Amino acid sequence: MTPTHGGTAVADEAKTLINDFSIEVATVNGSGSQTANNTLMRSIFRMGVPVSGKNLFPSNISGLPTWFQIRANHRGYVARKHDIDLMICMNAETAKEDVTKLKPGAICLYDEPLKLNGLRDDLIWYPVPFQQIVSASCPEPKLHKLVKNMIYVGVAAQMLDIDMAEVAEAIARQLKGKQKAIEMNQAAAQAGFDWASTHMPAQQRLKIRRDNKTEGQIIIDGNSACAMGALFGGVTVVAWYPITPSSSLVETLIEYGKRHRVDPATGQTTMAVIQMEDELASAGVIIGAGWAGARSMTATSGPGISLMSEFIGLGYFAEIPSVFINVARMGPSTGLPTRTSQGDIELCAKASHGDTLHICLYPGSMEECFQFTYESFDLAERFQTPVFVVTDLDLGMQNWMSKPFAYPERAQDRGKVLTEAQLAEVQDFARYRDADGDGICARTLPGTPGGKGAYFTRGTGHNERALYSEKPEDWKGNIDRLRRKFDTAKAFVPKPLLEGSGSRNGILAYGSSDPAVKEARDLLAEQHGRHLDYLRVRALPFTEEVEAFIREHDAVYVVEQNRDAQMASLLRFFYPEFSTRLKSVLHYDSTAINAQTLVDQINAFEK
Amino acid sequence: MTPAQPNLNQLGLTKQDYVGAKSTLCPGCGHDAITSQIIQVAWEMGLEPHRVAKLSGIGCSSKTPTYFLSSAWGFNSVHGRAAAVCTGAALANRSLINLIASGDGDSMSIGIGQLVHMIRRNVPVVYILEDNGVYGLTKGQFSATADIGSTLKKGDINTLHPIDPCTLAMELGCGFVARSFSGDPKQLNTLLKAAFAHRGTALIDVISPCVTFNNHDSSTKSYKNVKDRDFPLHELGFVPYFEQTEVEIPAGEAREVQFPDGSRLTFRALREDYDPTNRYGALQAVHEAHAQGELLTGLLYIQPEGPTLHDQARLVEEPLALLRESLTKPGPKVLETLLEDYR
Ligand SMILES: Cc1ncc(C[n+]2csc(CCOP(=O)(O)OP(=O)(O)O)c2C)c(N)n1
Ligand code: SF4
Ligand SMILES: [Mg+2]
Repeated sequence: MTPTHGGTAVADEAKTLINDFSIEVATVNGSGSQTANNTLMRSIFRMGVPVSGKNLFPSNISGLPTWFQIRANHRGYVARKHDIDLMICMNAETAKEDVTKLKPGAICLYDEPLKLNGLRDDLIWYPVPFQQIVSASCPEPKLHKLVKNMIYVGVAAQMLDIDMAEVAEAIARQLKGKQKAIEMNQAAAQAGFDWASTHMPAQQRLKIRRDNKTEGQIIIDGNSACAMGALFGGVTVVAWYPITPSSSLVETLIEYGKRHRVDPATGQTTMAVIQMEDELASAGVIIGAGWAGARSMTATSGPGISLMSEFIGLGYFAEIPSVFINVARMGPSTGLPTRTSQGDIELCAKASHGDTLHICLYPGSMEECFQFTYESFDLAERFQTPVFVVTDLDLGMQNWMSKPFAYPERAQDRGKVLTEAQLAEVQDFARYRDADGDGICARTLPGTPGGKGAYFTRGTGHNERALYSEKPEDWKGNIDRLRRKFDTAKAFVPKPLLEGSGSRNGILAYGSSDPAVKEARDLLAEQHGRHLDYLRVRALPFTEEVEAFIREHDAVYVVEQNRDAQMASLLRFFYPEFSTRLKSVLHYDSTAINAQTLVDQINAFEK
Repeated sequence: MTPAQPNLNQLGLTKQDYVGAKSTLCPGCGHDAITSQIIQVAWEMGLEPHRVAKLSGIGCSSKTPTYFLSSAWGFNSVHGRAAAVCTGAALANRSLINLIASGDGDSMSIGIGQLVHMIRRNVPVVYILEDNGVYGLTKGQFSATADIGSTLKKGDINTLHPIDPCTLAMELGCGFVARSFSGDPKQLNTLLKAAFAHRGTALIDVISPCVTFNNHDSSTKSYKNVKDRDFPLHELGFVPYFEQTEVEIPAGEAREVQFPDGSRLTFRALREDYDPTNRYGALQAVHEAHAQGELLTGLLYIQPEGPTLHDQARLVEEPLALLRESLTKPGPKVLETLLEDYR
């Protein structure tokens, strides 16, 4: 079991990478590898080293290849790293390809029977007899398959100097309460560790050293963060239809709801969750619920938004609050259901026919997934309109470090809703009269007693009194007011975040590109002497800071994860005078964005 | 049933309090006759207008909510999708009295999926399907309820099998399935009252001739044709919960069904072997009658029990829409607890 090194050049070149490398684990989906992968990631996290974990999984339930990428980085870079430093090959089917893509000098730990070491002579090979170790350590043969993956965690812990106490704790936390499973998995990890201690020569290339950079932090996925946001946002009606990568958002919300929104005495809930027959119906339910005064939401992905579009237009035009969370995946069509993309930016901004413009929020972190989701309910009710929270698979389903979320202290903003008492004071209620000049009219809720305030909601042309009208002045007045209302929202949506000042050119990005952009800025500055200010857009309508940023920079590199530069299109739509300043830096090969792509493209522009 | 004072119902409202805007449908359109009965029944039943949500999709039939109960909350939504909107409204505010006015195009083509699933969920709603066999508003194309052999005005013959909303609803376990005819106001009146007493989804397929596009001799949904084929199953009587003591149930062969609110529907069979509480028997009878060109009308199937959407969702009693913030937003401790799982 001696590691076989390739050419000596590799060994010379290698210096120790401490707390700064990436690991990829290749397994088969449905093989229980998830627990092992998470354990390894969380053990590094528990060692105080910033880490991120990305699951590259197939659109399939069982038996297809899946990869898990862990990046440890002492500077806190959590974007995907292009090159893998440690490859763990557990899947015979993909092993050959898995090692082919490695750069010279990478370490490869593999299941011994795969005999991979003949494939290349420029890698550092560590064969591990997993079957043998699992047989010796686990008395129950039928559980071998389940715990086999945990062996590699122990082996990796040993070779990387990860404290086994942290591994044990990571296992215990993940399998919370299931004592037998905890013990079995801890034993398997220990067996891996022990085997490596006696059989594997120490390596000095990759090491984890205890640090204190993760203290007080959590690791969470964006879907859970959004679900928490919805819970604390006071959602009362949730309608959905399962679709990757958004399903876990609602499923998590259902779990939270069972724990925290049910009266234990009566078993009755304050949060209705209804699984509909399709996305059209889901949209219909949340429009109906929003109309009747509930805080309503759905979570879906691109194909769902396509189906919901007719209802979204109705919500926009009839002015009904509702929240649409779009966890974007790769389109068009069914596309790549388990791969990330920012391909629905224009779809969400202008969903439905005719002139529509929607309030969109673009969270770029776990805290923002939480915060923007609960704020979206305030915005929806304040502006009486569909509000989109646009995340993506990378944010939604991957594992991100985060500060714990701050409790939303602010009281809910239920918007301009007239109660029976207020209606009694009103001389002459007209549902669509812009009394305040901000484009937002007062509404009433069905069921309000008193005999005043009833009106007829319609998607057809209407006047101030909500009566059907084909008069040009009514139509134009209304559609112009809706635009005014959209502009009013500028003062309420999250402002963009600016980093840096005074550079000639700048970077503009949004959403899940943020970690890669931050890393790219450092690389550009440190390796290429290029300093670029960075503005992260967090909402539509764009606020004046966005315009100022573009005005103040000669060239603005707009970073996006789609082919058609969709955010740049929106920027050109709102700021046509700056059209030519916008240069698109795009990444859309279905992988999560990485810093190097951005560095290369920006360097090419700046030449 | 007569209200306490001849022109005031038990809320003290006049019939005028239940009307809506003037109809803009073609004079003689069956839908207007249905509207009249909705007004009449809402008044007689003493529905509180502010509690009524009247929803619709798109079509001539879907325009009708404008023409009744102007002090109720109306929602003319999108084509075929009132069912989902109603489901949402019902979840948001369980105290609403829901009514959907739809058409055969709206319900049996574009919206059939939503209707089907609304029935499965037993959403509390009186669903009135104003059935004329054509798409009136788009100028007379066949709908999915058109009978085989029925023709369009310009002569095209329908060759596709019709979908019968009633047998479909029965198949799906709908607890209240009725068929009526806009030309039989008396029967429609009683069925509507009973529908409002039903807790879950009550579907009434009302044959409602389109005088402009489907009232010619070779149409099976013309006034004349329907009159000829109409076979009322029973003579109906309705005793609302608030009038129990005053009304005597006629003796003899009359049967009755009691609703959870105490209202009673009595029916004296005109076709003796028809039992509206026997789903399989009823299904068979409706199918057989259809094969013979007969149109059975009346209460086709009734099962007043059965959990509604609200029972299944186990919602708190107070409308979700009106819950105080303290009930919908958990405190800081809960956030702490949730976050602990991610440490
Ligand atoms: C998505 C969509 N497709 C098509 C239409 C056009 N359209 C309006 S009403 C209608 C048919 C209505 O037929 P029905 O429900 O039977 O109502 P009727 O007019 O006969 O009462 C159609 C196809 C529409 N409004 N929306
Ligand atoms: S076209 Fe037909 S359905 Fe429409 S209003 Fe005229 S008669 Fe009625
Ligand atoms: Mg029709």
